[in-house]
This record gives sequence, structure tokens and C-alpha cells, in this order.
Amino acid sequence: MGATSQVLTDGSLAFDGIGMVFPDGTEALHDISFTVNKGEFVTVVGPSGCGKSTLLKIASGLLEPTGGSVSVDRDHLGYVFQDATLLQWRTVRANVELFSELNNVPVAERRQLAQEAIDLVGLKGFEDHYPKSLSGGMKMRCSLARSLTLKPPVFLFDEPFGAVDEITREHLNSETQQLFLREGFAGLFITHSISEAVFLSTKVLVMSARPGQIVAEFDVPFDYPRDPSLRFDPDFAELSGKVSVELRGSHS
Amino acid sequence: MTIDDTQTPTPATGMGRVEQVARATLPPLSLGLTLVGFWYYVSYVVLEESRRFLLRPIHQVIKVGFLDTDNRNDELLALWSSTRIALIGLSIAISIGFTLAILMSQAKIVEKAIFPYMVTLQAIPILAVVPLISFWFGTGAVSRVVVCVMISLFPIIVNTLFGLQSAEQGAHDLFTLHHASRMTRLRKLMFPAALPAIFAGLRISAGLSVIGAIVGDFFFGKGDAGIGQLLRRHASRLNGEELLASVILSSLLGVVVFGFFGWIQKRATGRWHDTISAEV
Repeated sequence: MGATSQVLTDGSLAFDGIGMVFPDGTEALHDISFTVNKGEFVTVVGPSGCGKSTLLKIASGLLEPTGGSVSVDRDHLGYVFQDATLLQWRTVRANVELFSELNNVPVAERRQLAQEAIDLVGLKGFEDHYPKSLSGGMKMRCSLARSLTLKPPVFLFDEPFGAVDEITREHLNSETQQLFLREGFAGLFITHSISEAVFLSTKVLVMSARPGQIVAEFDVPFDYPRDPSLRFDPDFAELSGKVSVELRGSHS
Repeated sequence: MTIDDTQTPTPATGMGRVEQVARATLPPLSLGLTLVGFWYYVSYVVLEESRRFLLRPIHQVIKVGFLDTDNRNDELLALWSSTRIALIGLSIAISIGFTLAILMSQAKIVEKAIFPYMVTLQAIPILAVVPLISFWFGTGAVSRVVVCVMISLFPIIVNTLFGLQSAEQGAHDLFTLHHASRMTRLRKLMFPAALPAIFAGLRISAGLSVIGAIVGDFFFGKGDAGIGQLLRRHASRLNGEELLASVILSSLLGVVVFGFFGWIQKRATGRWHDTISAEV
């Protein structure tokens, strides 16, 4: 294993020459290097199957890369998956408390961290509900709250809003943006929605099909907080168009 | 699905409530009455008097089998004996089943080693091993329990194992990311995730344990007589009423045990899990 991971104190995430070849010989990622600093929200867009999720698994330590290294503080890493992955037998509150529980945080503090996070994602009043009675959007909020209890300096988002409807998705985008502004984490977001990428990010990276490589990089100049109507701004459309062209080129 | 449906359902009012009850009870009730009618038809019309012992009319069965004090005492003693064997057998099957399923869930290699033998055990016809069981364990209560365990073990193992393996990969990843120990993972993730499947297995096995106890009684009669012994005795004496009464009792026992585990299941998982299963 050539990969090393060292703990940084400034709350940022750095990939250095990451390569990933699976045991069956598939090369998923090739020489990926970029940094996400505190106060940055970087989104990676790419065709499905290009290894975007693999990148996050490597960042979190779920996978060891076959080349290169990652620097990140893994003890307080926010990470939400495509599915909300709530535990069905736990109430919203108990789900949000899960990480504190696994990390042996004292009960009183656990309770308080969970309540803050629940309030923050707008689930106040639903603490005692079970996941089966929540809508898709609410489940995702619960999943976000669970990660927020870690007070994450770095937050990984793996296509979290792919399964919800368009309106809910726009709401969740705005809320994610508010969380980003409020908590000031370094965000790394994966999606294949260009408008979601441009709306949320300070920087958009375009990844090519297998093996995944960063083929283009766009700085997003719009000021925060961004209003949902920004999506209909001509500059927004122009930038989205440029990303789209690169993305299409990356498919071939 | 709305947010409010975890709360108690809104109480049905007046006519609605009556209608609800009627809708739930009328179909089985009318089928039951039809069957009773058919029973009487067979007893009185199809069978001539000399052959009526083959199917006694219901009121006779109740009168002789349950209202007669001596017979009733026999039946209740036998019922108690079989119930005890079934419960002991089921408890042992649960202990063995849980232990094996947990072991198998911890390492694929253990599962691969044990599972074929479980299938083989399941495939053994009990009749074929009755002589062996009596060699090894005698013809008393121990052998009855052994038969009961053999019959009820398999569904517990299979369902528990399936349940323990049913937690989704994403949830496992969460536990991995937070360095959860094997024990924590088992206790906080795999076991709760397995509960619905475990109860499905328990309900099947509970029913089977009653069958196992009665089959056990049937072959191993030393000591107190269970329902199986009673069935055997009545059959050999052509006591139609008592025979039918014993049959009814044994199936009632099965229904009660099955219903009991359904009730526990509802208490344990009803709030978070929509179980699809027949209600008793």
C-alpha cells in the first residue's frame, strides 16, 4: 500500500496523485490531484460509473487507493451517501445520535449535539418519528443532521439528492448552501446534475469516463448567499453550458 | 405516506366501526358455518349409523371430548404435557439456532462449513431416526424434546442468518467509518436489522415445535402422556369423539403459540417495521 493519510489541522482535504485499480483490473481513477480548502465548496461532475463515488470512499478511508495519498482529518469527517442509510428501528433522534454513540460521547452531550443538528436541518418536531414515516427529503435531512453532529471541518456529499424530486432537490440545495455558509466546512460534492453543481459550488471539476481523470476546472464567481432564481441568470446559463460541453467531451 | 401515521389511528366512529368488525369477521364466520354444515351432512347423511364413528357430529365431540369431566382432565393433562415439551424444545432450538446463525454471520467460511449439514439435518425424515433416538435417549421426555428440536430448528437458523445478513452495505460502512467493534456492529446494527426475519422464523418454528412435540409423544410414550399418546390411544379404541377432540386441541395449541409470537413481534418491531404476515 503506497497510500498514506496524514492528519491536517487546517480542516482541508487534499488528494495527491490518487490512482485506483480494482483487483479485477479495472482502472477507476487515474492520477487525481486537487485540494479543497476551508470555505471552499468543490463539486465533481462526471458521467455515471466514472469513479466519482470511489473518490469519496478513498477520502473517507473505506477504500485504500492503489496509488497516491490523501490528507484529511478522518475523525470528524462529514459523509452522506446516495441513500439516507437511516437505521429503521431508530427514531430520528436516535439516528442522529448514532455517531456520538459509536464514539462514546457522554449522553447529555450526545443529546445536545443531536438537537442542534436536528434544529439546523429543520426536523424539529420530528425527533420521535421513525424513518418509515418520513418523506425522501426528510430522510436526507436526517442523514445530513447525523453527519453535522461531528461538527465536520470537511464534508463529503455522494450524490445525496439524486433520488428526490426536483422541487425538494432545489430546497435541499438551498439548505445545503446555508449549512455551508453557517458551518464553514470544506465541502466536496458529487453529482451528475450540472445546475446543482454550479448553484452550490465555489469550484466545479469535470471528471472523464473510466479511468476517471479531472479534465476541466471552473471557478464559479457568483456571490453567496445565492438565490434559487440564480438558476435563470444568463451568466449561470453560460457557465452551465461550458461545463456541459466539457462533460459531453469527457464521455467519448 | 403522511407524517402522522405512526400515531394511533383515528378512532372509527359509529357505523364505521361496526362495519369494520363485520368486514373482518363475516367471511371466516360464514365459511366456518358452511364447513360445520358440511360436517353434519357427512355425519348424518353420508355415513350410515354403523359407520358414524368415522366422523361424529360436532355436538357429540364437544360433549364427550370436552364436557365429560374424565375426558376433559385427560385432555388437559395431555395438553399441558405436550405444551411443556414444545416450549422446552422451542427454547433449545432457539438457543442452538441463534448461536449457529450468529457464528455463521461472523465469517463466510463458518457459514460454508455448517450450512450443508443444516440442510441435511432438515432433510432427515424423523421416522427414519426414531429407532436411533430411542437407542440413545430412551423412550421418555428427552426423546420427545429431541424430536421437537430437530423439527423446529431449521427455520430459526435460516431466518436468523438471513436477517443478520440483511443490513445494507451503507449502514455497515457507517459502522466501519466509526471504528465499531464486532460486538457493537452485531448489537447495534445486525441484530436489530434481523428482528423482522427472526420473528418470521420464530412463528414458523413455534408452529413446528407443537407438531414436533406431538410427533414425539406419538413415538415415545414413557412418562406422562402427551396429546400424541392420547391420539394413539383413542385411534386404537375407535373413540371418534375423543380423537377429534384431541385433534382440535393440538391445532388450537399451534394457533395459540403462533399467535403469541405474532403478538411479541408486533410489540418488538411494529413501530418501525411494516410486517407483511397473516394475522391470527
